[in-house]
This record gives sequence, C-alpha cells and structure tokens, in this order.
Amino acid sequence: MNKILIIIQREYLSRVKKKSFLLLTFLTPILIAGIYAFMIWMMMKDDTEKRTIGVINESELVSPVESKDFTTFEYLENTSFEEAKKMLDTKGYYALLKIPKDILESQSTELFSFKQVTIEVKSEVGSQIRNHIETIKRSKIIAEANMPDLEQKLAATKTPISVKTIKFGDDGEIKQSSTEIAMGLGFAMSFIIYMFIFMYGVQVMRGVIEEKSNRIIEVIISSVKPFQLMMGKIVGVAMVGLTQFLMWVILSGAIILIGSAIFMPGLDAASIQQASSISQLPSTGQAMNQAQLNMMQDVLGTFDMSYIMSILGGFIFFFLAGYLLYSALFAAVGSAVDNETETQQFMLPISLPLVLALYIGMAVAKNPEGSLAFWGSIIPLTSPIVMLVRIPFGVPLWELLLSMGLLVASFIFVTWVAAKIYRTGILMYGKKVSYKEIWKWLRYHR
Amino acid sequence: MAFFEAKNIVKQYAGHTALKGVSISVSEGSIFGLLGPNGAGKTTLIRIINQITGPDSGEVFFNGEPLKPEHVHHIGYLPEERGLYKKMKVGEQSIYLAQLKGMSKQDATTKLQAWFKKFDILEWWDKKVEELSKGMAQKIQFITTILHEPKLLIFDEPFSGFDPINANLLKKEILELRNRGCTIIFSTHNMGSVEELCDHIALIHKSEKILDGSFEDIKKEYRTNTYNISFIGELEKIKANISHDIEILEHKSNKEFESLKLKLNNETGANELLSQLLPHVKIVSFNEIIPSMNDIFIRVVNEKNLSLDFE
Repeated sequence: MNKILIIIQREYLSRVKKKSFLLLTFLTPILIAGIYAFMIWMMMKDDTEKRTIGVINESELVSPVESKDFTTFEYLENTSFEEAKKMLDTKGYYALLKIPKDILESQSTELFSFKQVTIEVKSEVGSQIRNHIETIKRSKIIAEANMPDLEQKLAATKTPISVKTIKFGDDGEIKQSSTEIAMGLGFAMSFIIYMFIFMYGVQVMRGVIEEKSNRIIEVIISSVKPFQLMMGKIVGVAMVGLTQFLMWVILSGAIILIGSAIFMPGLDAASIQQASSISQLPSTGQAMNQAQLNMMQDVLGTFDMSYIMSILGGFIFFFLAGYLLYSALFAAVGSAVDNETETQQFMLPISLPLVLALYIGMAVAKNPEGSLAFWGSIIPLTSPIVMLVRIPFGVPLWELLLSMGLLVASFIFVTWVAAKIYRTGILMYGKKVSYKEIWKWLRYHR
Repeated sequence: MAFFEAKNIVKQYAGHTALKGVSISVSEGSIFGLLGPNGAGKTTLIRIINQITGPDSGEVFFNGEPLKPEHVHHIGYLPEERGLYKKMKVGEQSIYLAQLKGMSKQDATTKLQAWFKKFDILEWWDKKVEELSKGMAQKIQFITTILHEPKLLIFDEPFSGFDPINANLLKKEILELRNRGCTIIFSTHNMGSVEELCDHIALIHKSEKILDGSFEDIKKEYRTNTYNISFIGELEKIKANISHDIEILEHKSNKEFESLKLKLNNETGANELLSQLLPHVKIVSFNEIIPSMNDIFIRVVNEKNLSLDFE
C-alpha cells in the first residue's frame, strides 16, 4: 500500500475512534434538534397562566378591556389609586391598569405592577384599548360621512404587494429566485467553511505538535518524506471533518423526520413556519397567507437542479480548497513550535484573514456585486468564504474560474512553502523560533 | 567490501557548516562507531544516511548503489530523539511503523508477535503507550527499529535513556544482529559506552573527521606503553631493581597491596620488567593500560592543534 494512504488511514482512524469525536458527532445534532424543538414548542405553546388585573377606569370609555382566555379584568369602582395599590397584595392582582381621563388625547395608559409584566399582557391590554377606541372613532366617522358601507370600501383598498425575484438564466430562460434563500444559504455555507477550516486546521496543527513533542517525528521521517507525512495528515483530518459533517447532516435529517413524525403528525417544517408567522400577525392573516404562498413559490423556483448543483459544487470545491490552503499553514505553524502555547505569535497572521473573510462575507451578503465582493472573492485567503456568499446570487463564470484558479495555484504555492518550513521545523527541538528564523528555513535547499 | 560509503559529504546550514567533506566507509557485517562530541556533525551525517536531509555535495552509496528513496526499507534507524504516539495502542502503532517501512500488515503482525513473545511482552499488545513505563517503551522502540530486518542499522546515542538492564539487552541483540550479517553504525558522544562493541571507528570533531581506522589499529597506534602493577612488598625494593628508563607515574597503596603505574620505554618489554620484579615482590596483578577513546580523542585534538572547546 502507498505510504501516504497508510498515513491517511492512521490519521483518520485514530481521530474517528476517539471518544470526543463520537460524542461531538452524535450529541451536536441532538442538541441542535433539541434547541429547535424547544423553540418551536415555545412558539406553539399558549400562555396558560391565569392572571387578574385590576382596572381603574377614569375615562368615559365603557369597559375598554374585556376578560379573555386566561386574563381577567376587574373594574374597581370608586377606589382610590392608593387602595387599589394595596389590592395588588390583598386580592393577588397581577397588575393594575390605570386608564386616564384624557386617554383619547394622550393615547397612553399605565400598567402598574411589582414584577415586570409579560409582553403578552402588555400587548393584549394595548390592542384591546386601541381596538376599542378605533371602533368608536370609526363608527363616528362613518356616521358623519353618511356612508354605511365605508368600512367595506376602505378594507377593499388594502393591497399587499409581493415582489417576485426572477433571474435570467445564462441560456435566456427565466427563473424564479428567492433573495432571502440566497442570502441565508450563502451565509450558512461560508460560516460552515469558516468553522471547518478553524476546527480542523487546528487539529492538523495539534497533530504536528504531538508528533514533535512525542519525539516520534524523526522515526517516521526516516521511513517517509516529510511532505508525505504532512499531506497524509492534512488529508486524513479533512476526511475526519467530512465524516463529521456528513454525519451531522444525516443525523439532523433523521432526527427532524423522526421528531416530526412522533410529536407533530401531519405537520412539516413549512407549515410550522406558516402557522407561527400567521399567529403573530392575526389582523393581516389573509394577506400574509398570500405572501407566504408567493415566498414558497420563490423557494421552490430557486431550487431547480442546476442551481443546486452549482451551489453544491461550489461548496465542495471551496470547502476543500480553502481547508487545504489553510491547513498547510497550520501544519507549518505546528512544526515551528514545541508546544501549543507557543503557537500564538504565528496564529495571528492565519486567523486574521479568516476572521476578516467572515466579516467581508457579511457585507457581501447585502451587496454581492460591489468591489469588496469582487476582491474578497478573488484573493485566495478570503475567497473560500466570500465566494460562497456570492455563489447563490450567481457569479459570472470568468470570476468563478479566476477565483478557483488562483485558489488552486496559491494552495500549491502555500503547500510548497509550508512543506519547506515543516521539513526543517519538525527537527528543531527546544528552540524558540522567530519569523526571521523561519525565513532562513525557507532558503535551505533540502 | 564496503556496504555503505559516504564520500566527501558537505552540508551547510545558514551561517554554519555541519560537515566539511567527511567520508566514511562501513564494511559489511561490522559495527562502525561514529564518535565525537555533541555538535560535531554526527547527527547531520546520520540524517543524510537516512535521507531525512540531503548533502550539499558528496556521494552516498548503499550496497554499491547511489542512495535512493527505496533504500529506507533496508535501513533501521533509532534516532536520538525518539518516542511513540502516546495515545496509540502498542500493537497498532508497531504495525503502523512497520508498514511505513514497507512491510505488509500480515507480515508485520506475525513478526511483531514473535518478537513480543521473545521479550515476553505480549500482554502489552493492546495497551496504550502512555500506560507503559519508559523501559517498556524502549523495548517497543527497539523492536520497531529492527522489525523489517534492515541490512543497515543506525543507532544515534543508542544507550542514552536506556536503563542498564535494557541497555544490556540491547547490546546482546545488536551483537546477535551483527552475527547474522547486519551492518551497524553507532553514533555517540559517550565514547566509552560503545568502544568495546565497535570494529571500526571514526572520530568527528567540528564538522571534520579527525581519525578513522579499525578499533584494534587505533588502539595499537595510540598505545602509551604504560602498565598497571599491583604487588605485595616494599616499593623501595622495586625502585632499586628496575631499569632506569622505566618511569613511575603514580603510586597508590591500600591495606592489602601497593599499585604502581609505570611507563616503559621502547627497549624494555613487559616480560623484562616482570622478570626484574619477580624476585623481590609478590605480584597480584599486571596489565597494560589501554587508552580509552576519550583519551585518544583528546590526544588527537591536541596533536592536530585543534581547539577543544565544544560549541
């Protein structure tokens, strides 16, 4: 068997068999699914706490708030504010609502309590009073205008507009697309790449340091070339990362399927979202339904086969190329130091472009055509992350090819440089290494 | 016939020369000692032999062929800086290292188990290295060095870090390997630790070879004609009866006997000295003082007017 394959195999198996890997791989999707389930549960759950609120009505409005569901309003006639305040304790009122005399002019009311009132109670009180006053005003206007069907006529003027985004394909066909999806997808993918490069780049670095500090390195490089060892490690760790990623996708999918089958029969993700957004905006329910429908169409239109393939292809390419580029640098850093605490001075120039790329990515998501987007997605150190943000919006082919070409070229160059540093660094024990020293190593010939 | 040869090896690092045209020739089935103080360039030469680094100029021949990558399969190397993966199981790790030397998994497993049985350490197979003591790890290290039955074995500072028991075990195994036809190179600054094992010796000092020859020839050449004699009797009697050209270098006495360190000149032989002494004292022991490699090294450095300060 080829030696590099033997190394890849060891690097892969020794990591995959670790307890921490198994734990992280299996627990993360469960944790994420748990958080989602909790959030959905919270959204769907009604507030069932029974509350009684005392009302001091000084205005001329007649019962502007009415008991509803779990909230009861008790009107306190002929009670001073001081007495009512005491009732918070004696009668166990949740809060005290004081409707002032001039509510029509001041348009404000006061809610007293010892504890901070919940958002539901606050908005319930507000909307009840608002509706009450609006109804009064409206009927007054209708009466003045002498037009009994004015309300219906006004209602008919409501016209929600949905903007469908349609892209021209390269072959002239038109495609429906969703800006929201493009943004979300792009950003999610670039973030995954960022995480992946950092997590697994550091693993490569640790692996190199481990070999150095265990003093096994010289034994190994008397059997294989340092370059083979370095590449074997980089590829092995990449496969660990891909395995983990794939497991997460599969496990989360399985958990969502199983979870929804058990807990919410007949309910899929889309209808949950629909249900929750409609319940938040009850007054415009009908109109939102239409908008939702349009969005669903957009989403479905966005996901045609070629779009998916271009995104998936781009993701895999930039995912791997970006990782390879950075992990070679991480390996070089690992070779130059004796232990992890010494890595800091060399980590900065590696992590800086990575973090920068993430921030550029955020800006690019808003404007995927600007010059920042262009340069960010062409320069190899930031391109794996920034380009991924742009791909869902569509990128001119020449830019894509230029970016990919530069990335591959710089990967080869960086690996060559890193291998030089690595080759010398792994044999340097107990020496505090500076940038100047590393520069010297680069000029050694073998 | 030379099994391994290095000719005129030059190796420079930025700002300093590690080897200035060093040549060595190691004959098949012999033990070659590469001796010299720390920083002399031994490890650099050994790394060149192992193709960890390459020479700037000079040629290296392995079994008559110019050194090439495939030769690593026939070389076993125990570096000065050595260790194992702490988190890996002993058996797995040994197989891995053997595979990197070009062995198949089955072959490695069979041979490893035979060696483990020989050293009576089979029960360590599934233990992690971090659970082993240092001495145990050293045994594993030795086995993995020789498992692929290399024709050339290189030990850099072989006995440093080994406890006396394991060091003896190691010596015994190395001699056995030599008897089976292995060629062995020792590299060490601790010259005393290997001299009795070596057939041939090269001394390296400050990137240059300053002495090269068979162990016996060197010892013969650097004989000092000094002898140690222990006896029971009176010192004055000896002084009165030995030839005038015999120099007494040192005198010690303890409860039981007296000892003298004598330097003979060219005319008087050991037999003659003994015959002069026998009638007067009772001789307990008599032996020639053979200079150690350390002494020889210092002498050579002085003779050649080289400076002795080690970097």
